[in-house]
Amino acid sequence: MDSFQQTIFKLKNYWSDRGCVITEPYDVEVGAGTMAPETFLRVLGKKPHRVGYIQPSRRPADGRYGENPNRLYKHQQFQLILKPSPDDVLDQYLGSLEAIGIDLKKHDIKFEEDNWEAPTLGAWGIGWQVMLDGLEITQFTYFQQCGGIDLDLVPAEITYGMERLVAFLQGKDSVYDIDWAPGVKYSDMRFADELQGSVYNFEMADVDTLWKLFNLHEGECQRLIDLFPKYPDKKRFPTLPAYEQALKCSNTFNLLDARGAISVTERVGVIGRVRKLAVGVAQIWQAQQGGEVAA
Amino acid sequence: MSTLPFLLEIGTEEIPDWMIPPALVQLGDLMRKLMDEHKLGGTVTWTEATTRRLALRADGLIERQSDSEELVMGPPKSAGAGAAGGFAKKMGVTVDALGTEATAKGEYFSFKKQVAGRATAEILASELPALIQKIQWPKTMYWTESRTPRFIRPVRWLVTLLGDQVLPVEFGGVRSGKVTRGHRILGKGSLPVTVDGYADVLRKNGVILSADDRRKKIRDEVASLLKGTGLVQRKDDGLLETLVFITECPTPILGEFEAKYLELPQEVLVTVMRHHQKYFSVETKDAKLAPRFIAVMNTSADPEGLVKRGNERVLRARFNDARFFWDFDQQKKLVDRVADLGHVTFQAKLGSYLEKTDRVKAQARAFARLAGADPDAVERAAMLAKCDLTTEMVKEFTDLQGVVGGLYARAQGETEEVAQAIYDHYKPVSMEGPIPSTLAGQLVSLADKIDTLRGCFQVGLIPTGSKDPFALRRAAQGVVKILVEGKLEKFALSKLLGTDAALREFMLDRIRYYFREVRGFKYDEVNAVLAAGWDNLVDVDKRLTALQAVRPTENFEPLAASFKRIANILRQADFKGGEAVDVKLLEPGAEQELYEEFQRVREKARASEYLPALDAIASIRPKADLFFDKVLVNAPDADVRRNRLTLLHQVLTEFSTIADFSEIVTQS
Repeated sequence: MDSFQQTIFKLKNYWSDRGCVITEPYDVEVGAGTMAPETFLRVLGKKPHRVGYIQPSRRPADGRYGENPNRLYKHQQFQLILKPSPDDVLDQYLGSLEAIGIDLKKHDIKFEEDNWEAPTLGAWGIGWQVMLDGLEITQFTYFQQCGGIDLDLVPAEITYGMERLVAFLQGKDSVYDIDWAPGVKYSDMRFADELQGSVYNFEMADVDTLWKLFNLHEGECQRLIDLFPKYPDKKRFPTLPAYEQALKCSNTFNLLDARGAISVTERVGVIGRVRKLAVGVAQIWQAQQGGEVAA
Repeated sequence: MSTLPFLLEIGTEEIPDWMIPPALVQLGDLMRKLMDEHKLGGTVTWTEATTRRLALRADGLIERQSDSEELVMGPPKSAGAGAAGGFAKKMGVTVDALGTEATAKGEYFSFKKQVAGRATAEILASELPALIQKIQWPKTMYWTESRTPRFIRPVRWLVTLLGDQVLPVEFGGVRSGKVTRGHRILGKGSLPVTVDGYADVLRKNGVILSADDRRKKIRDEVASLLKGTGLVQRKDDGLLETLVFITECPTPILGEFEAKYLELPQEVLVTVMRHHQKYFSVETKDAKLAPRFIAVMNTSADPEGLVKRGNERVLRARFNDARFFWDFDQQKKLVDRVADLGHVTFQAKLGSYLEKTDRVKAQARAFARLAGADPDAVERAAMLAKCDLTTEMVKEFTDLQGVVGGLYARAQGETEEVAQAIYDHYKPVSMEGPIPSTLAGQLVSLADKIDTLRGCFQVGLIPTGSKDPFALRRAAQGVVKILVEGKLEKFALSKLLGTDAALREFMLDRIRYYFREVRGFKYDEVNAVLAAGWDNLVDVDKRLTALQAVRPTENFEPLAASFKRIANILRQADFKGGEAVDVKLLEPGAEQELYEEFQRVREKARASEYLPALDAIASIRPKADLFFDKVLVNAPDADVRRNRLTLLHQVLTEFSTIADFSEIVTQS
């Protein structure tokens, strides 16, 4: 039986063999692998791109103090982008399941309609949740739009939920019982993150401070976006740092949300503010790559 | 003449199940239209689909269109020889091959052009890409580059066979051939087929092409799984259709869960199984939920029980979540959640659910007084109805809104009447679905829906075409269903709806729809009855039932024809009535007799029961016929004429309070 880390190695190798660049996790807090610039920015434009990486993904509201066997505040995604999507992309995907030890002849695999949408990113796509013996193991999406921009080359995005997938492979009812490495359990590595993360997110995060941070990051991001039109040497323009500020906003928004500090009425407005930053950055990136930008 | 069969298969990635049946209907229609337009003969023999392919077979196509003649008009003859020469040259002939045609504008040169019929293969090859593109989907996508064709999911292969000939077609970067693909796991990835051997090749490669066969396989195998267990599968045709179209090789398996989860409400268990996992529920013969479920795989077998165990593990985790939500939610009673509704937006312009709740509470209390229900109970139910929106259970299982509130209310010691009203207040959820089971539930539901309708119309959120984000059609349909089927006869629609003309029109549309489509009344009967008023829907229902009963009797339709005639005469004369009939002016015979019959019948027509009243009205027919046979309405004497019109006007208005008979479509 493969450990958590061995399964990750196998996935990385499988996709590396199929022409993907394998990178290490992005180092700014994100809610999903999609938000790392390797995906969010590089799906834009006409340049082909293949990349795979593990991305720790934070969903503060999903925290359960380490008590729920299946829900985590911070789970790990294996995120894959194949741009443009190859004709046999689903066969390649099924091959990756075989590569990590799933004998598809002995299991039931279904593709159930699930169109993905991320309002804070101005992004959406068409696809499925992939069900293995009734368990959702992957989100598969053909991206159609990102940062409000229609994509020239349609990427296939494959997102594996690693904890679930490995719990399945190891036959564990709780993700905390997963063998991460020989003799080391998932709980040894991550229980403290879950417990302390939940305590902070739900009980101790200071709402006023979070709002201040949100406003500061928003201001910094917008300041940069506004500077771009007159910035002389476009290639040098710090789009990636601007994007980091937008991501900080997004994560702070999630923290505020988990803290119950955002009413439903406010919610739409705050999502709109984050989206504005994401769209602004995406347009600058597109322009920097030599693409056309909508006014 | 020999004819050819045709096979089209559009091979795709997995298409959402619910979109497939309507797409197949379109595919058949488009093909029939194509064959008609190009006069190819042929009929569509079948259309079939799995989640990964749409297929169609047609038979009896001719190989080549017959030759035809086309008349081409040239310049007018008066234009002279030069013009004729030019025209002949354009047609590729000499002037003596031209003819002439006489038209309203004079004589013209013409030419009978022989058009050779085109080969069917050539026509199909050029038309098929457009045909595929014309299938309408709810949402389409690009899959390699923008500015390529869109389809519901990527197209990966195409089979286009006319007889044994491959028609060269390209769609979305895919070139057609005669090679299909089998089941992803059970079949080969590359399978040459013939028109006749197609379904058989697929079957040998794990794909059951026919939806009927897949449906039957599921039913039969479920029956054999449950044989001897004393258990039955809970009927669920909607889920069955989903499973038929989400698979190529459906195979049911029987799974178990621990009996301790049966402590959770059935509604929660069934929702988890049905909506989240697409499992059938299993019950005992006396309809109690059993700790079993049926999952339908898209493969042929589960020899090692791995699929069964996997599904059981997933379900256990889901049930654990549900139990956690239940326990967690009980820490705060519904009644303590009312204030929290202030943070839940109903609609930006219409405020929060707390504001809505306050309006609905007052409305429901007034309704209770009108209907003779307990105002306190109805008001309390209305106050608590939306509180479950703040619970973890409803956040997770949104389909269970209302149901969860009802269950929590019961668990928290609310009265049965209040709990049941909360439980039911979203009903009816569909056209066929039941209305709330209690009067209190009906009143809360009615108050909630009326508030939504009036509010949304007030701020301009009016459904257009297929766009109806607030499900106002369903709300309006619910209002109609509850009023009629709950027999709430004290409720006047004019009071419920207010004076908003757009809302009244919208409602009238739903009323028509309900009586026609749900209740099956004929459209002209519905029009006739509604034309006589629709303020009270219980009354509309009674009048329609009576009209339907009297319709087949011998006097009815001829009388309806007479009424139409009367209405026309009055309209042409622009006669508004308002006077009394002057008996002295009545001509003895047919006119006098109609008048006397009218006096006799009008008393009976005022009967409180509609059926005898309609019978009485119909009985005037012989005298009406005689009148039109013998009497000239348009008499030369102006007074006599006005008196006759007055008589007809009275007959028409007196007898049109149950239904406007001139709306009835008669045979003649």
